[in-house]
Amino acid sequence: MAPEWRALSSTGAEVDLEPCGDGPVLARHACVVVDADGVQHPVTRPVVALCTCGRSQRRPWCDSTHKSVRRSPTSGA
Amino acid sequence: MKLPLARGPLSSHVLALLEAAPSGLPAPDGWADEVQDVLGDDDLQLALWILYELHYRGFDGVPDHEWDPHLIALRTRLEQRFEAELRQCTAGYVEAALHASEDLFDQVMVVVDAVDGPSLPRYLQREASSVEMLDFLTQRSLYHLKESDPHAFVIPRIDGRAKVALAELQYDEYGAGRPARLHAQLFADALDACGLDPAYGAYVDLVPGHTLAVNNVMSLFGLSRRLRGAALGHLAAFETTSSVPCRRIAGGIERLGLPTVVAAYFHEHVEADAVHEQVAIRDICGGLVEDHPELRGDVLFGVAACLHLDVLAARGLLGSWERRREDAVVRQVA
Ligand SMILES: [Fe+2]
Ligand SMILES: [Fe+2]
Repeated sequence: MAPEWRALSSTGAEVDLEPCGDGPVLARHACVVVDADGVQHPVTRPVVALCTCGRSQRRPWCDSTHKSVRRSPTSGA
Repeated sequence: MKLPLARGPLSSHVLALLEAAPSGLPAPDGWADEVQDVLGDDDLQLALWILYELHYRGFDGVPDHEWDPHLIALRTRLEQRFEAELRQCTAGYVEAALHASEDLFDQVMVVVDAVDGPSLPRYLQREASSVEMLDFLTQRSLYHLKESDPHAFVIPRIDGRAKVALAELQYDEYGAGRPARLHAQLFADALDACGLDPAYGAYVDLVPGHTLAVNNVMSLFGLSRRLRGAALGHLAAFETTSSVPCRRIAGGIERLGLPTVVAAYFHEHVEADAVHEQVAIRDICGGLVEDHPELRGDVLFGVAACLHLDVLAARGLLGSWERRREDAVVRQVA
């Protein structure tokens, strides 16, 4: 699935992304995140987590909703 | 901060030492040996908390005893009992995680799923009264007014990817360059808005043993280089059980109509800790274990110790509210 946003540095270049399994994607050194509607979300953290499950109530930011959506109950004990 | 009130022979002894010359009074023989419930003992946990506090902000009118060898020796004896008890209570979780997977992320999640307890956030979201919510904020103030400080002690003890990621996470906790956004400041603002005292340590006398232990475990791990793996595992557990619960707590605060800055602290943590949990498990703990595979067990010990103590503290708090409600019913009937 193509991401619904682009994370850009101060020079306008796309920053490196670190995927987190079935959770969000981490973006470092981003200045702004541009969503699918072209809305610009300023970045105020050293790292941000971008929603990939589409269910976050704080999009483009992750709010950990993917945990209840995607994680099947573990048999771990 | 003022010195807390004594709660028994151990905390009395520590307070007497701080007010006199520490080396003047030898510890009684068998000091602390007879304590049964180490994790919940008000007196032992308070004595430990006072000794740890010398490494943070200290106490008004108490001379600098931070590195007094006699006090360090007393602290070490309490810490030995505390760590032994924690290791014993959590060994099963650590073993199960090590057998369930080879992947650190999965191992952490196995412990998170295994440590079971009542859901305090769910209760706060749906049922808690205003008095109970303020009680919760009061109890939490002991930690949140020095939020992230215990884990900051680990930075000079690690290297490489883990260090970079820990500094990155701490920078966010410490406001990312904006003093007004310091997480401890956000919590102080929340207390102030509710009419509670935002002064550091103001409510220590109201905090029971299990919640003191929740605080002390971070200092136990953070102040010992040997336990750096456990400190970072603790951080990972803390961050990974924060984002969704904070959303529930914010919902409860809004349900009760408390000031918006109170909910704002928790909303900030929904977003921040969704980042921090990934950074803490993958980059901080993952980086540490990559460089030091021998620390994997201690990382998982830290995860389990954090969650185990959280369960004990939550049970205690929910139990105290239940007793209060029952007493109110009895009074109504009588
Ligand atoms: Fe925080
Ligand atoms: Fe955090």
